[in-house]
Amino acid sequence: MFKSMYNWIDERLDITPMWRDVADHEVPEHVNPAHHFSAFVYCFGGLTFFITVIQILSGMFLTMYYTPDIINAYASVDYLSHKVAFGVIVRGMHHWGASLVIVMMFLHTLRVFFTGSYKAPREMNWVVGMMIFGVMLGLGFTGYLLPWDNKAYFATQVGIKIAASVPFIGDYIKTLLQGGEVVGAVTLTRFFAIHVFFLPAVLLALLAGHFFMIRKQGISGPL
Amino acid sequence: MSDHNKQAGQHGEKPVKREMSRRQFLSYTLGGAGGFMAAGIIIPMLRFAIDPVLEPKAKADWIKVVEEAQIGTEPKAFQFKMHQVDGWYESDVELTAWIAKDSKGQVFALNPTCKHLGCTVSFDAPSHEYHCPCHGAKYTADGKNLVVAPLPLDEYSVKVEQGFVYVGQLHPNSRVK
Ligand code: HEM
Ligand code: FES
Repeated sequence: MFKSMYNWIDERLDITPMWRDVADHEVPEHVNPAHHFSAFVYCFGGLTFFITVIQILSGMFLTMYYTPDIINAYASVDYLSHKVAFGVIVRGMHHWGASLVIVMMFLHTLRVFFTGSYKAPREMNWVVGMMIFGVMLGLGFTGYLLPWDNKAYFATQVGIKIAASVPFIGDYIKTLLQGGEVVGAVTLTRFFAIHVFFLPAVLLALLAGHFFMIRKQGISGPL
Repeated sequence: MSDHNKQAGQHGEKPVKREMSRRQFLSYTLGGAGGFMAAGIIIPMLRFAIDPVLEPKAKADWIKVVEEAQIGTEPKAFQFKMHQVDGWYESDVELTAWIAKDSKGQVFALNPTCKHLGCTVSFDAPSHEYHCPCHGAKYTADGKNLVVAPLPLDEYSVKVEQGFVYVGQLHPNSRVK
């Protein structure tokens, strides 16, 4: 049935060349763990993306219950994790995934570093990768405030103080992040907006660039 | 995928055994394993999202509203406070019941939510009917729908104890068809 549905669409829109172009390539031998087991290190990029997809999906579902407001945020997180079916699991995916995505990204970066894949002609992709790294840290930092518990509050307090230590513009950065004089109501809504709209949008754009370059340049050759 | 079998059929005289090709086997096992993993991720999220539909409905408590002596044959609006749990937000909301005695002296209480599209009706004494301000629905004093609304007004369960009227669970009107 799927085959005939696919064919019906394909006859009209000729979609086969599109996905073939994106997805239909042989995995080079030196990247295939079936040939050399040590090639599993080439999986970390894909695993980073896999967890990013989980973060985006679980995050979208969390926003069905989460409220970015200092009176209700903690109560809504408590409610969604203890009263809603599978709440602990969905929150758990997001909570543990946030750390795991950093681990995977770090391992991926190590692989790229030790295989020398950042060298010409792939310098731009290293730079885009570093930007993704920064966006991920930003997502972790802004997301961490959202449950509005003590750990969240003081982690943000400390993080903002660190940002405030930047010479000359530190105080401006601090006010901009806090949205005011204190870590409070305005900080929470602003971190929420950055966490669920701004950074994910930037992240998707950077990932598109990352993958486009990989597609154009191919995976770097064996050592 | 099945090309392999067809080709073999054209060349050989005898009907060939329809064996599963390596490619087919791999796409089924990998597809199955991948589908299982994807389901493990997606199902908890969907169950999480549809939880409000599957939650059991809360049962109403009896709430003391007014002395029985104040109830006449003409419906009057009485306010009462109901404790409402709305996700993580709990509050005491003020609700209204229109309470009256019928010809047999039985106390009954109607909910003023219009059965057309949910505006709030009120009792119009001159016509002895409930009127809705939104699209002109009308109901008798018993709550029977006369025009516009498809159903009679909902009714609260009522009990009278030691001279006080209590309202309880809301249910479809039992006084009229
Ligand atoms: C790849 C990216 C992401 C990372 C690294 C990330 C990280 C985090 C972290 C560390 C927390 C705090 C979790 C906790 O303390 O339990 C959090 C919370 C949250 N995130 Fe994300 N997040 C990402 C993407 C998203 C997206 C795309 C959305 C929504 C569209 C989202 C929505 C939320 C919400 C609503 C919360 C508060 C609920 C809670 O704390 O459990 N996240 N995130
Ligand atoms: S809601 Fe009452 S008439 Fe439409």
